[in-house]
Order: sequence, then C-alpha cells, then structure tokens
Amino acid sequence: MADMVLDQVTKRYPDGTLAVDKLSLDIADGEFVILVGPSGCGKSTTLNMIAGLEDISEGELRIGGKVVNDKTPKDRDIAMVFQSYALYPHMTVRENMGFALKLAKTPKTTINQKVEDAAQSLSLTDLLDRKPANLSGGQQQRVAMGRAIVRDPAAFLMDEPLSNLDPKLRVQMRLEVSKIQKRLGATMVYVTHDQTEALTLGDRVAVLRAGVLQQAASPQELYERPVNLFVAGFIGSPSMNFMSGTLDGDSLRTPLGDMPVSGSLRRELTTAGREVIVGIRPENFQDPALVSAEVRPHGITFQATIDVLESLGAEKYVYFAKDLGKVKFVTELEELAKDAGRADSGATSETVVARLDPATRISEGDDAQLWADTRALHVFDPATGRNLSVAAATKASGAGLTRGSAAS
Amino acid sequence: MAANLSVTSRQKLGWGSANAVAIVIVAIPILWIVSLSFKTPGAITDPSFWPAQWTWGNYSGILTSSTFVRPLLNSIGIGLIATCIAVVFASMAAYAVARLAFPGKRLLVAGALLISIFPQISLVTPLYSIERSLSLFNTWPGLIIPYVAFGLPMAVYILAAFFQQIPWQLEKAATVDGATPWQAFTKIIAPLAAPGMVTSAILVFMFCWNEFLFAISLTSTTSARTAPAALAFFSGSSQFTTPTGPIAAAAVVITIPIIIFVSVFQRRIVSGLTSGAVKG
Repeated sequence: MADMVLDQVTKRYPDGTLAVDKLSLDIADGEFVILVGPSGCGKSTTLNMIAGLEDISEGELRIGGKVVNDKTPKDRDIAMVFQSYALYPHMTVRENMGFALKLAKTPKTTINQKVEDAAQSLSLTDLLDRKPANLSGGQQQRVAMGRAIVRDPAAFLMDEPLSNLDPKLRVQMRLEVSKIQKRLGATMVYVTHDQTEALTLGDRVAVLRAGVLQQAASPQELYERPVNLFVAGFIGSPSMNFMSGTLDGDSLRTPLGDMPVSGSLRRELTTAGREVIVGIRPENFQDPALVSAEVRPHGITFQATIDVLESLGAEKYVYFAKDLGKVKFVTELEELAKDAGRADSGATSETVVARLDPATRISEGDDAQLWADTRALHVFDPATGRNLSVAAATKASGAGLTRGSAAS
Repeated sequence: MAANLSVTSRQKLGWGSANAVAIVIVAIPILWIVSLSFKTPGAITDPSFWPAQWTWGNYSGILTSSTFVRPLLNSIGIGLIATCIAVVFASMAAYAVARLAFPGKRLLVAGALLISIFPQISLVTPLYSIERSLSLFNTWPGLIIPYVAFGLPMAVYILAAFFQQIPWQLEKAATVDGATPWQAFTKIIAPLAAPGMVTSAILVFMFCWNEFLFAISLTSTTSARTAPAALAFFSGSSQFTTPTGPIAAAAVVITIPIIIFVSVFQRRIVSGLTSGAVKG
C-alpha cells in the first residue's frame, strides 16, 4: 500500500478541451477517497490518468513518493475495477484472477494460492472454473474485485464498480467494498456519480465540476459546510432549496420572510454585496406544531400552500410553490438540475421541498404554516457561488478548513 | 390465432414444388458433371443421364498424371500461404481500423473497398508484364501476391467488424493488469476475435482456391499452375478425343474441399458476413 499525491494534475486533449484542470489531492496511505460529480466532470479521466491509461498533460502524480507520470500502467502497481467489470470472456474465473500474476511471471503455485485465498474471501471458491458468461451480475462484480485483490497492489482504482447492479445488490456490494477496503487497509480511489455511495463509503469525498476540484472533505463536512453553491446543491437528496435574498439592515429578506443575520455573516455580506442566494436544506423545515417553544425563536414561521405531500413512512416530503425571485447565479444551478441526481428529487427552481416529521398533520392542499430553522441557513455570493455563511463561521472561529480546499 | 399462423397443406405444396424446381435447376449441372466423371470415354456422348457402366478410370487417370496432381498441390500450397499472410496482416490492419485514430484511416478503408471491387481483368495485362520483368511469372509468389492483395480487403472488413464488438475496457483491463500492447492483443483480443479470423481465413482460402483468371494468365507450366487453370490444359488420350471425362473428374475433385468447408462452417460463414450489421 502507498500514498498518492496528485499535484496540479491537468488533462488537456489535443483539440484544446480541458478535461481536468490543476487537480491537487493528497491521498493518505490506506485512505478511501471518492471522486464524485456529474457526468463529464473529469472524474473518470482523473482515474484513467492515475492508472496510466491516459497521459497527464501537466502536473505530477506521485505514488509512494515516486513520480509515475511517465511510467506504464504495468510499472505503477495499481489495480482497477471497471464499470463493465471487463472480465476476459474466454478465461475461467481462476484464469481471470490470475492473469496479472501470470503476466508478472509469478510461479504457478503462488498464483494458485493467491487466487484461492482471494476467492475464499469473496466466496467465489465454487465458481473458480466457470466462465464469466455463466455468472450473475453480482458474481461477475466479485470476480472483478477479486482480480484486483489478488495482485495486492499499491492502490485500488474503482470506476463506478456498482452502477451496473440492481439497487438491492448495490447496497449489499457497497457494504462488501467497504469491508474489503477496511480489511486490506487499502488505498482506494473510487469514482461514482451516486452521492449515496460517495457519502457512505468515503473517508473523504472530492467533488469535481467541469474538471475543477470544488471541495475535498469528509462526507459530514461536505454536507454541513459546502464551500460553494455547486457542492451545496450536489450533495444531499432531495437537494438544497435555493432562493434569492437581499440584505436589509440586520435582516435578510427572502421569499419565505425576513431572517435575522449574525454579526460575522453580516460583515462577510457587506463585502460581497447585498444581493445573495439563500440555501436551506429540506430537513431544516418543520411543522411549527412540532417545534418546541425554546427552539422556535431560532427560526421563522411562514405561510405556504402544500402542492404535493409524499409520505415515506419515516418522513414526509411536502412540496410548495413560492416565488423564489430570480436566482442570478444560474450556470451552476442549471448544471445541477441537468444532473440525474436532481431529477428524482422533483424540485425545480419554483418549488420548495421540505422534509417534515411523520407526526405532522399537514395534508395536501392545505394552506399551512411552516417553520424554517434560520441557524442552518447557507448564504451564497451570486457572483462567485462562494458559501458566505461557511466563510463567516470559519473566520469567526478563527480556524481554517482542515482538509477542505476550495478551488473557486 | 394458431390456425391463422399454421401453413395450410396447399401452401406447403406450393412452396415445396417451388423449392424442388430451384434445387433441380441448381443440382443438375453438378450431377451431370459427377455422372460424366464416371462414364467411360466411349459413353460420353451416350444420351442417358446416368452412365450405363460406372468406372473409376477418369479419377485414377487424373490422380496419377502430373498434369493434375502437381497443380492440385500448387492450389493447396498457394491457397494456404496466401490465406495465412492475408489473415495475419488483415487482423493487424482491422485492429487499427477498429481501435485507433490515425491519419489516413478513411483513405485506408476506402482503398480497401476500392480494391475489393476492382475489375481484376484490367490488371491481368500489367501484372503479366510486371511479373515477367521481376521474374515472378510462373512462380508461387507470382500468384500469392495478387491473391493476398485481393483477399486482404475482404478479411479486413470482416475482422474490423469483429474487433469493434470487443469491448475496449477489456484492453484497458489487460493494460492495468500489466500487459504490453502486444500481449493485450495476442492474449485477449485475438482469442476473442478467433471466430472472425476463422471466417475470414475460410473465405480467403475459397477465393484463392476458385480463382481462375490470374491462375491461367500468370502461369505457363505446372510448376505454379493451380488446379482450376490446369483443367483447361487437359488433353485427350489422342489428338482427336476431347478430355471430357478427366475434366469432369478433376472438377469433382476440386469441388470436394469447398463442399466440406461450406457444410462444416456454413453457420459461421453466414454469421461472419453479417456480424457487422446485426448484433449477435
């Protein structure tokens, strides 16, 4: 196992397209890092560059302290699991798993031993002499994992390894991947567009957009303190609600009502301008009847007509329309809307989604009172997309983001 | 529904008789040749379809004469060598066409198509002159070279279709597993494209085996003449007898390998020819 350093790694194609722009990421030995982002954000290109399947245009890639830019994949000591598994159809499971060792001229008995150990740990022992065509999707996926494990590489690369499985199996294999990574103590870089996978698996999640690293931080940090509009909108399902806001004295005017502004945030806002974008997560809404008296002053209550109510048992989602004002910083939001993860949340720019306690008596079509927790508010600079509330809080506490890094 | 779909006996009769007519039309010339090959020289003009007296004489005659055995060996040798060369080069070219982006790719594909539809008769005279001056005339290489040239385009097209069906990620996986590009090709891609290679090999071999125009124009003696061309040079036992019986027997002999090939690989040849069009 080894650590991995991406230092200003850039991929520029001959036609001038910039796929990855000055990506810097330090991956510690044994760390599980997820690269996540909408399609075309450069995450797979990054992985291919690490594997050596694509050239690095600029910057440096170091594995275990050694620069490997010009090394062939063979000399990088890296194993990769592909989205399509890429099992060799003409070889048995045993031959598939031993192929890399055979190329490395490992003695036959060693190969057999290693393959059987790996097969044991993945419960593939009974399938060793079958061909991939005679395996189920989940079994094929395990063989692909086994092929990587057998090599005992410096690092594992995974390119959306679970996206071809059905949802139930995917959850099961997600646990499996997590267990394998812990057991091997392996350095692992995992690419996905699925934020659930990203948040559940990763020690650290790196969010990419258009080839630029937005933020790399622990899942909780990403969720609670997104550095910009894109990360805020991308992480979380259903995603954050965005609306326009104007600073007016001590309060922030929003379509939901006037919200109080803390001193540190106000200082940040005066330097950034008066027009802002306000973000609030669905779970920061509540039925006022269920909010205790001591918590209630930390939020505001407003009136809304409930368009749709979805009851999921453990929670209820309500959708209501509000004139949210023209959200000025549109490119990032449009990009988020285009991404598949957003489509199933049902939220559009005019609809606000709120997650309420299932005990709520609010029903569809009601003209109901709702409570919004203003402590959890995110305020973004419409010009840059920067999260001003996080910046303010950071300055107030006097501590920098430990591992997070903002590119924009 | 079932009643509507089932074929009525009248329809069966109609289709059956149409098929029978087609089969008879196709089979009669072949059966005629077979029948002629078993007739004695005196019975060639005999109006009966089947020989009154069956004889192996024509077969034993041609198989002991050097005017047929040597050309038969030439056919086998030239066909096999040309097929091997064509398939090896075609698989490399097809791999490049299917996988790599390189300048002049369209030109190569268009050129291959152009060669495959080029009228061969227009090349006979220039080839004759060229081979004479290069002393390739009436040699094995003198036939192998044009056969490879005309066999390649067909093989490239068939193999490119096969290579395109092999997922590229397999090659990436092999690369990450530590294979050199050559190992990835020989250990992963080539075995998977083996059905395509067999198909193209059969088709190229059949082309070489059947080829007559070059064979008769670019050879002068039995040292390089192939079997189909040798048939045209059969002579009767005397100046005044036509060698009909031996020609028929030789025709049957050179047809046998083709019949065996086609019946064994029928399914594969059809699937090979359509593999680019329909995903199997």
